[in-house]
Amino acid sequence: MPKTAVKVENISVKFNLNKEKIDNIKEYLIKFLKRKLRYTEFWALTDVSFEVKEGERIGILGFNGAGKSTLLKVIAGVLKPTKGTVQVNGVIAPLLELGAGFDMNYTGAENIYLYGATMGYSRKYIEERYDEIVAFSELGDFIDVSVKNYSSGMRARLGFSIATAVEPQVLILDEVLSVGDAKFKIKSEAKVKSMFDKGVTVLFVSHNTAQVRRLCTKAILLDKGKIIAAGSADEVCDIYDKRVKSE
Amino acid sequence: MNTSQKKIKAKDYFRNLWKYRFLLKEIVRKNVKLQYRNSVLGIFWTFLQPLMTTIVLVLVFGNIFGKSNEGIVCYPIYLLCGRLLYEFFTQSTKRAMRSIRNSASVIKKVYVPKYIYPISNVLSNFVTFVISLSVLIVVMLYYGLFTDVQLHITPYILLAFVPVIILLVLCTGIGLILSTLNVFFKDIEYLYEVFCMLIFYATPIFYTVDKLGANKIVLMGLMANPLYSIVSMFRSCVLFGEMWNWNHFLYASGFSIAMVLIGAIVFYKNQDKFILHI
Repeated sequence: MPKTAVKVENISVKFNLNKEKIDNIKEYLIKFLKRKLRYTEFWALTDVSFEVKEGERIGILGFNGAGKSTLLKVIAGVLKPTKGTVQVNGVIAPLLELGAGFDMNYTGAENIYLYGATMGYSRKYIEERYDEIVAFSELGDFIDVSVKNYSSGMRARLGFSIATAVEPQVLILDEVLSVGDAKFKIKSEAKVKSMFDKGVTVLFVSHNTAQVRRLCTKAILLDKGKIIAAGSADEVCDIYDKRVKSE
Repeated sequence: MNTSQKKIKAKDYFRNLWKYRFLLKEIVRKNVKLQYRNSVLGIFWTFLQPLMTTIVLVLVFGNIFGKSNEGIVCYPIYLLCGRLLYEFFTQSTKRAMRSIRNSASVIKKVYVPKYIYPISNVLSNFVTFVISLSVLIVVMLYYGLFTDVQLHITPYILLAFVPVIILLVLCTGIGLILSTLNVFFKDIEYLYEVFCMLIFYATPIFYTVDKLGANKIVLMGLMANPLYSIVSMFRSCVLFGEMWNWNHFLYASGFSIAMVLIGAIVFYKNQDKFILHI
């Protein structure tokens, strides 16, 4: 019986939406005095539960605004759910918007250590993988140039190389298998596939059901913050495709 | 390694800090490295900047408004002590204040204990502050060896680290409070700028309190400033070669510990809301 990698229990997330964003004292006071500090509640997720076993690859499907990103943020530990609990066993590598942890004034080499530390890894641990990261990113001599001078493709390549080199137990893929040029795309898909073989747990967000069928073992379908279907990837993808046609 | 998002208990909290000590180190390293990158003189600015501003202050307050500081032993050193501590206080709290907003891109994507940001910014400023203290040593050596100024260097100078540590604690506490406020109200930055100016004049950096001839209420106001106590303690050790006034010690350390506790509570209570505002 494989161990649980990610366990999501009865998660609900509520946002307070106000029409204008208040971020200074003056507006806050005026609105407060006029008693206009009213918020409309919005539930991005309601009572979502599911479990992912180690080595499973789960696709998360849903239309825009269904709550996919919110769910990923909750699992990554970035957003605290209003209700419910999340348990993640192992290190999560979020491959969402690669390179978010970079400092633009730092060189690529320095950013490797910074990014590694952001994920909780020591300098020594990263040092052991440094050559591998640089080689995979294909940055060559650019590794000693400030990241602000990188193209977005170079930045993404470096981010991808670091995030996959540290051998995380749980990988969050938010439509990032389209990093870099065609050559790097093939390389990165091969890298992700090799991680599959090592038994990494994957949470994969995509609109592309063909890709989900190919890569995932299971899937869930979200609509308006609720899970409306869960099961094997093929079953859920069929339901999703049907809904796409009917709308 | 279990990153459960249940209510984190205090013990887990410290274990988490231990796990992310590498990040703390990396950010401190980064801030110190980047501060002077791309400047020709690099790290020398850490020495030059306080030295040059002190020269300006000596010119202005030593000569133009010279009356109020007659009788101070070695006015340049007196000034430098106050200025170095004041500069560390304002720079570190200002950087800590902006730290959460500046790290928004990371905080939105990856889980990291958020207090790492204000604390690492205070610490990196502390590193440059300690480096800049060597200016003080150089200036004191100059006055001790090449002029006829009588400096009272006594073993008390070794106790100078005590006010420095108290100041570090104070900056951490205020940094935590400001970084939280800044997430919700951006205009804190402008308000704090004015507040720092007030502190500059409310701390005896370029004057002495007893020459001020101020009335009781003003004096009470000055005493309420913890930086006043800290600067006085520091000068007692370094410049006057005597034990500090214990009232200063009690007030400064009490105030600083209170600030750190308030800061930790305010930060802890609000940190889950940060992501909704940055």
